Amino acid sequence: MQGIWFGVVSVMLAFYVVLDGFDFGAGGLHLFVAKTNDERRAVLGAIGPLWDGNEVWLLAAGGTLLMTFPPVLTAGLSGFYLAIFVVLWLLLLRGISIEFRSHVQDGLWRAFWDATFAFSSLLLPVLLGAALGNVVRGVPVDAHGEFNIPLFTHFSTSNPVGILDWYTILMGLFALVTLLGHGALFLIWKTQGPVQDRSRRAARPLWAIVTLLWILTTVGTGWVQPVLFKAFLHSPLAWGLMAVSLAGWAAIGLGFARSRPLQAFLGSSAFIVGLLATTAACLFPVMLRSTLNADWSLTAHNASSAAYGLKAGMGWWIVAFPLVLGYFAFLFWMHRGKVSVPPEGEGY
Amino acid sequence: MGDPLFWHRLQFGFTITFHYLFPQLTMGLALLIVVFKGLGLRTGNEAYHDLARFWIKVFGVSFAVGVVTGIPMEFQFGTNWAAFSRQTGGVIGQTLAMEGMFAFFLESTFLGLLLWGEKKLGPRGHFLVAVALLVGSWLSGFFIIVTNAFMQHPVGYTLARDGSLQLASFWHYVLNPWAHVQYVHNMMGAVVTGAFVVTAVGAYWALKGLHPEHARLNLRVGVFAGLVGALLVAFPTGDLQAKMVAKHQPVSLAAMEGRFESGPKAALNLIGQPDVEARKLDNPVRLPGILSVIAFGSFSSEVKGLDAYPTDQWPTNIELLYYSFRIMVGLGTFFILLMALAAWQTRKQRLERSRWLLWALMLAFPFPFIANTAGWVVSEMGRQPWLVYGLIRTSEGASRVVHSGQTVFTTLGFAGLYVVLGLLFVFLVGREVSHGPAALKH
Repeated sequence: MQGIWFGVVSVMLAFYVVLDGFDFGAGGLHLFVAKTNDERRAVLGAIGPLWDGNEVWLLAAGGTLLMTFPPVLTAGLSGFYLAIFVVLWLLLLRGISIEFRSHVQDGLWRAFWDATFAFSSLLLPVLLGAALGNVVRGVPVDAHGEFNIPLFTHFSTSNPVGILDWYTILMGLFALVTLLGHGALFLIWKTQGPVQDRSRRAARPLWAIVTLLWILTTVGTGWVQPVLFKAFLHSPLAWGLMAVSLAGWAAIGLGFARSRPLQAFLGSSAFIVGLLATTAACLFPVMLRSTLNADWSLTAHNASSAAYGLKAGMGWWIVAFPLVLGYFAFLFWMHRGKVSVPPEGEGY
Repeated sequence: MGDPLFWHRLQFGFTITFHYLFPQLTMGLALLIVVFKGLGLRTGNEAYHDLARFWIKVFGVSFAVGVVTGIPMEFQFGTNWAAFSRQTGGVIGQTLAMEGMFAFFLESTFLGLLLWGEKKLGPRGHFLVAVALLVGSWLSGFFIIVTNAFMQHPVGYTLARDGSLQLASFWHYVLNPWAHVQYVHNMMGAVVTGAFVVTAVGAYWALKGLHPEHARLNLRVGVFAGLVGALLVAFPTGDLQAKMVAKHQPVSLAAMEGRFESGPKAALNLIGQPDVEARKLDNPVRLPGILSVIAFGSFSSEVKGLDAYPTDQWPTNIELLYYSFRIMVGLGTFFILLMALAAWQTRKQRLERSRWLLWALMLAFPFPFIANTAGWVVSEMGRQPWLVYGLIRTSEGASRVVHSGQTVFTTLGFAGLYVVLGLLFVFLVGREVSHGPAALKH
């Protein structure tokens, strides 16, 4: 059961990254791919009905982690204290940027929210990528299963570590460029005209940089956390998941070449899910690796709730999950096709 | 002031108080939007649809602020209250996770359609979307109340060998009797907030002579909902809640009442200032015997005072608890009287001509926010010094690894952000109110 919940939480987080990822990407790009008010409204119209639901995956994953592995959630959130609040404040800023912009038809009002939307959308992927970098690198979990590290120390991956070091920043940049590329593919799929053209022009160099950073982060991971590489070599599951990533990567190129935007977007989704799932499979059962003593690491086995609670949780979770998939299918179906810009006063 | 616990409590108290200003409004409005849309479908009066459209705009702004201020609440369980969440996550994590899976996804899916989907969906489809938002937002409230009820009156758990609390019975936990009383009480409080806001806007338009038909319908629906909500908050739910406190948290009841000495024929203190040091109530105005009746149903019942309990079990802020209780009950009584009067005038067809009453209704809308906040202060201050009643003390719950330098920083950050957010909210809702209701453009 602990293994299943490890998988469930990983899948929920992967859903979060893929879904909120495309609206982060769209937000990070919109100042460049959408120039006029109508073009910006098209970008917002494409993600507006979806962003809130996308973000719920983060909350739902957090709640599920609290239910199933309380020590992991609490150690992580209190340990990365300052970075978590920066993330929360950026999420807050981003949410109101999207929702408040349309209420006032005024150039200054809208320029302000466009800027905050872009700023928060660009910074969030860096922080989320850095968070993943911290999980991979490990943190100084002590004998009580706790730690607390500052935002930065000396930018090296040896103790005393900070949340930002060269490796986690590299991961952050990888996440940023990947999600920008992912967002560009989403916009190519959902928009038309100049926004689509500019997104198409942005997508190619972005994915070239993704490929370069992918190689760099892989080498970096091998350097910082060789254990993960050994786990990879011995895990057929991880090989399979890496194959999903590679297939996704190929599908992006093919979809792009043949002008099949949905195929390219699904390709980048598979690429992201594959990479995250591969990482999770290699980490298993470790959830928070201790850099002080391997025995102090928090794992799916030593940090879970009791068996009854895990079973009871699964009892309702398997009812809720198909419902949620149903909502998302309905939502995407309701907003199928290219986004159109409604008259002022209606829509985003 | 360097005490980390103080800052953890201040931050959580401030952020939750600010946050809950918005959900109480959206949960109340969600119901009233369904009512407006339902009446529109039934009567064919387009003005009801216009009003639904108007309130959906206000709902949209409030909901957005509720969402963005709600996300930090969920995370603070881990960032600021790690020791507590680590110890109880196996239990309370159930409902916090269920809130995400069952309520938030439902709300987020249909919110966009509620805000912008009327043309696409037609009146019936749009009505169903409004119902979905009502169900989602009220479910969300339910899961939070169950979580809180566990902290007030823990049931369905077992103590594990490592000192953590683990779930022992899912159904006992979810069907906590405390939760059900508190839930209905709380939701009726939200209805009162929504109803007073709707009424206030109706009164404002009526006083200005704007949109007469819309003003009239706003007032009718708002006053009716306000009266029903205000009555149900007090009786039976408020009464049951008081009996629940008397039974399970008698020391809190004593502190809420400023009752320092035990005895039968307990008096209800209407007003007076508790001097906790001297263990007495200054300048009391009392109703003899009434507290015994309220708490246990008869004049002769013995009601324990604070003297019956060791001081380390007393709520830590008796003064605030005592005054909050009076504010809640006092305002609750005022709501019933005001809405009963307005309902009477509506029945006599002369509410729109009673300008002094319209003034009162227009100016009354902040008070339900205050009453709901005071109610939560009573609930949470009354729980002290416990985080989980009788099991975990508040002083043991905060994150051990987080120092004051971090918490003061984030508390100040929230203070700044929320001031800006509050101003923006008032600005945007004020604009909507001055624009007034509008017909659907085709």
